[in-house]
Amino acid sequence: MRGSMLAQQIVNGLMLGAIYMLMAVAFTLAIGVLNFLNFSLPGLFMLGGMVAYGFIKFGWPTLFAFAAALAVAALVSLLVERFAYRPMQGGDPEVPLVSSLGFLVLLENLMLIYFGSDQQAFPALVPDLNLRLGGLVIGIAQLGSLALSVLLVLWLSWFLSSTSTGRCIRTVAENRDTAVLMGIDTGRLVPMLFIASALLAAVAGLLFAVNYQQVSPFMGEGVGFKGVAAMIVGGMGSIWGAVLGGLLIGLAEVLSISFIGADVVNITVYGLLLVILILRPQGLLGRPATREKL
Amino acid sequence: MSGYLTGVLVVLAFNVMAAYAVYLPLAAGQLNLGIAGFMAIGAYASAFLTNEYAWPMWAAIPVGAGLAGLTGLLIGIPVLRTHGIYLAMATFALGQVISALFLNLEVVGGAAGYPVSDYVGPNGVFLAAAAVVVLMLYLSRTRFALYLTAVKSDPTVADLLGVSVRGIQVAAFALGAAVAGFGGAFYAHHYNFVEAQHFNVLLSVFTVLYVLFGGTQTVWGPLVGAAFFTLAPELLRASDQWRYALFAVFIIVFMAIRPQGLVTTSLLRFARRKPAAESSEAA
Repeated sequence: MRGSMLAQQIVNGLMLGAIYMLMAVAFTLAIGVLNFLNFSLPGLFMLGGMVAYGFIKFGWPTLFAFAAALAVAALVSLLVERFAYRPMQGGDPEVPLVSSLGFLVLLENLMLIYFGSDQQAFPALVPDLNLRLGGLVIGIAQLGSLALSVLLVLWLSWFLSSTSTGRCIRTVAENRDTAVLMGIDTGRLVPMLFIASALLAAVAGLLFAVNYQQVSPFMGEGVGFKGVAAMIVGGMGSIWGAVLGGLLIGLAEVLSISFIGADVVNITVYGLLLVILILRPQGLLGRPATREKL
Repeated sequence: MSGYLTGVLVVLAFNVMAAYAVYLPLAAGQLNLGIAGFMAIGAYASAFLTNEYAWPMWAAIPVGAGLAGLTGLLIGIPVLRTHGIYLAMATFALGQVISALFLNLEVVGGAAGYPVSDYVGPNGVFLAAAAVVVLMLYLSRTRFALYLTAVKSDPTVADLLGVSVRGIQVAAFALGAAVAGFGGAFYAHHYNFVEAQHFNVLLSVFTVLYVLFGGTQTVWGPLVGAAFFTLAPELLRASDQWRYALFAVFIIVFMAIRPQGLVTTSLLRFARRKPAAESSEAA
């Protein structure tokens, strides 16, 4: 019995990990390419869930509501690029962090004014079907989210390695000045990256809402910070590192809740992060940090 | 002073202490996103010593600050091997781990919180904040501040000129941690209650926000930033629901217009030598 319980928890951990994985990939795009710790991403995650919830409540068809949520997140992300990222170029690297955090506070409070601070019940969209494999119970919604997340990441990884735009992005990540000298239009590429990371975060938010059937204005904070942790554990700037990190953090969280207790979650998750940072600062799959000076 | 005004000013005093705790390492180019963890160490240590061992506060508070500084020193040595965004993330993780540890430490009440018996009045808190400000003003006139700027601006050149870069970095980090612990200890004794949930990542991140908003070029920046962040939402109280939204819009617009922060070296120079300003501009 113990064995099947462990297997069940591993399944649950992977499902939660899939959401962290998408967040981690969103952060890794922003950091790896733009060197920008984008604190507005947890807000965009929340927009994914909350805006979809709002439109479904207005009576929109579910798919339209989802599309609207993704569109809103992408638009807001363009605003973040325009007001938080673009004016700060050439200054201290910490500064855009402040304004992106300003966006997080703004988005949370706008939703708070509109929907109130309570948790809202997100409608159950997928019939409550469960697959039973041996002793395991796997929800259809869970399985679908995991598959969708993995597909998205696979596609992104293919896109970055095999297309012309992907090569441009990698060039900018490698060295921005050189990229500009090589004739890469960063003015067009950067907003695209912002949209891409916003969509990843918003999809994660949608999946979270569908799977756990609840949304709130502050749903992004916990998940967002674990996404950051996942990104670092895996290695900043590495997509597969973000995948590995997301799944590890998800597993660590679920396993420590079920076998030790809910209070120790932050110790295991962030302890894992701290140990990795001290032993292997570049993360599990990251390349060694380039030491500019000293 | 009315109770409300005193309450706001006490919050301001705590924010000022936290802001300088972030400012010190930042002046050496280190972004510390885990300052709340060090505040928690100071708060819990001082509360524990007064509660369980009946230490007087004047002894317990410095010991709390010292323990926070010592933790900063011990952890700073391995953590400061990383830098840039990695360092910021390491401190972020550190803050989370420290507050999670206190959350699970039953001897200080765990998740239920920890009542503290000894009380410090508002005046004591003001005095503590003033002492921190004076200490920072003094430090800003010593060679130490010069070393910090050198390490931040160009570690290689600082190293070549014989500044111990690692030493300065660790010192700034540990000293910042001690200031945070000092503020945390006063927090515990003023509110007579500590709970680990208070010392969360948002507290750390918002403190960084004050400092960057105020500007890191001069020693006055954190003070102005903390004052603004404490008082402005109070002034906006009239538009109750909208105040944080308005405030966030203001931050975004302000940082887009003035990314270097509110108080800068050139601003201070301008204020000091107003009459001579034009001739120096011409030169």
